[in-house]
Amino acid sequence: MSFISVFDVLGPNMIGPSSSHTAGAAVIAFLARKMIAPPLKKVDFTLYGSFSKTYHGHGTDRALLGGIMGFDTDDIRIRNSFDIAAERGLAYSFTPCDTETDIHPNTVDIRMENARGQVMTVRGESLGGGKVRISRINGVEIDFTGEYSTAIVVQQDKPGVVAHITKVLSDSNVNIAFMRLFRESKGNTAYTIVESDGRFPEGIEAPLRDNPNVHDVMIIEP
Amino acid sequence: MDFKSAKELLALCQQEQCPISEIMRRRECVLGETARDTVDHRMERVLEIMRDSATQPIKHPTQSMGGLIGGEAKKVSAHASRGKMICGDVLGKAIIYAIAVLEVNASMGLIVAAPTAGSAGVVPGVLLALQDCYKISDNRLLDALFNTGAVGYLAMRNATVAGAVGGCQAEIGVAAAMAASAATELMGGTPEQCLDAASTVLMNMLGLVCDPVGGLVEYPCQNRNASGVANALVAAELSLSGVRQLIPFDEMLETMYTVGRRIPIELRETALGGCAITPSACERCGQCH
Repeated sequence: MSFISVFDVLGPNMIGPSSSHTAGAAVIAFLARKMIAPPLKKVDFTLYGSFSKTYHGHGTDRALLGGIMGFDTDDIRIRNSFDIAAERGLAYSFTPCDTETDIHPNTVDIRMENARGQVMTVRGESLGGGKVRISRINGVEIDFTGEYSTAIVVQQDKPGVVAHITKVLSDSNVNIAFMRLFRESKGNTAYTIVESDGRFPEGIEAPLRDNPNVHDVMIIEP
Repeated sequence: MDFKSAKELLALCQQEQCPISEIMRRRECVLGETARDTVDHRMERVLEIMRDSATQPIKHPTQSMGGLIGGEAKKVSAHASRGKMICGDVLGKAIIYAIAVLEVNASMGLIVAAPTAGSAGVVPGVLLALQDCYKISDNRLLDALFNTGAVGYLAMRNATVAGAVGGCQAEIGVAAAMAASAATELMGGTPEQCLDAASTVLMNMLGLVCDPVGGLVEYPCQNRNASGVANALVAAELSLSGVRQLIPFDEMLETMYTVGRRIPIELRETALGGCAITPSACERCGQCH
C-alpha cells in the first residue's frame, strides 16, 4: 500500500495518547515478535531519544509490551499489558538510554529471548502517525516498514543465495516490489529482505530454507 | 480517480458532478482496490470509535496518565445542562465532544487519530455536534468523514500533520480545516465553499506552536482541540454565508508548511518552549528544562 489512504488520515484506530509514542511503539514490537519463534520468555527494551524521556507518560512501555504479546494498536489490553505479561510468565525490563544521541528521536532496541534460549535483537524507529521502520536485526543495519508482505532471509554471504531466493519466489509466482541485501561484512551473516505487493503463498518458508547457505526465513504479513 | 492538489480535487468534483466526499470515497476504492462496501464498513468503525470516545468521559471521567487533565468534559456538560452555555448549542456540544476525546486519549483509551492523536477531538467534535443539532443521519456523517479525509490527505501529501515538523497549526490546524470542510458539505455548501472554509482555518491558526507540558499529549492539547472546533465552525459559517476567500487552500497549505518549518525547534513538540516552560508548568511536572 503505497498511496495515502483515507484511513491513514482517519487512523490509526489506536489506544492513546500518542501515534508515535504509543501506537508506533506497539507496531514496532508487534513486528519484532514475528522474528523469533514463540513462546517468548524474556524481553528487554532499551529506549532512546524522546522515547527515553517521556515513555512512561505516553504509555510507550505498556504499548511495547503489548505489541510483543501480539496486541494490535487498537487493542484495549495494551493498558493492562504489565499484568498480562506477568500472568503469561513473560519477564520484561525497560532501560532509558540518554548517552546515545546520534539516533532517530523515537528509537527502541528490543532484545527477545524465547523458551528455547534463542536470542534476537531488533531496532525500530517510530516515524509518526503510527508508521515505523525496522532499522536493525541482530546488530546488522537493515530497512523495512512492515507495510508490505515481507520475507526476511538470514543467510551466509556466499554466491548463489540471492539466485536461489528469486528462483523460489518466481516458481511461486510472487511479484517482488522491493528486494535488498544487507550484510555485516563480506562472507558473514547477511539478510535479504523481500517485500511483495500480495501475500506470500502458505508454506513458502520451506523451499526458501532449502539451501545450505540459508540459516532462517521469517515471513511477516501486514 | 486521484488528485494531488485542491485544484485538481475541485476539477474532479466539477467533472464528475459530485461532492468532495464522493470523490474521496471513489479514490479509496480505486487506489486501494477495495469494494465500496468494505470501505464503508471500515468508516463505520471509525465513526463508532469516535462516538464512543466523544461521549464516555461525560458520564465516566478519567484521570490522564500524566495527571494533567481529566473530568473537563463532564464539567462543561454540566455547565451546559444548567443553561449557562454562552457559545450556543452547536459550539457548546462540539467543545464537550472534542475535549472528551482528548480525555480518553490521554488515559490510554481507544480513539481514532484524525489526523493525529493530539488533534483527535476536532473532527468528531464538530460532526457529532452538527448531527445532534440538525438531526443528521449516520450515513451523511460517513460522507462527511470522507470529506475530512480529502483535506487531511492533501495536508499529509503536500505539507505535514506532525507537530514536530510544523507545530500545532499542522495538527489542530489541519484537523480543524478538515472539520470545517466537512461541516460545509454537510450543511449544503459546494466543494469550492468546503475548501474555502479549510483555507480560512489554516489562515486563522497560522503559526500556532506545539508546546506540550511535560512533553505529554494532554495540556494545552485538550484546550486547543476546543479552540479547533470553534475555528472550524467560524470558517464554515463564513463560507456558507457566501464569503469567498482570497487565498485558495493549496496556497494556504504551502504557507502553513513554510511557516511550520520556520518555527524554532523549541516550539515543535520538544517541550523546550512555550507553555511547557512556564514556571507553573515546570512546577507541576517537577522538572524544568
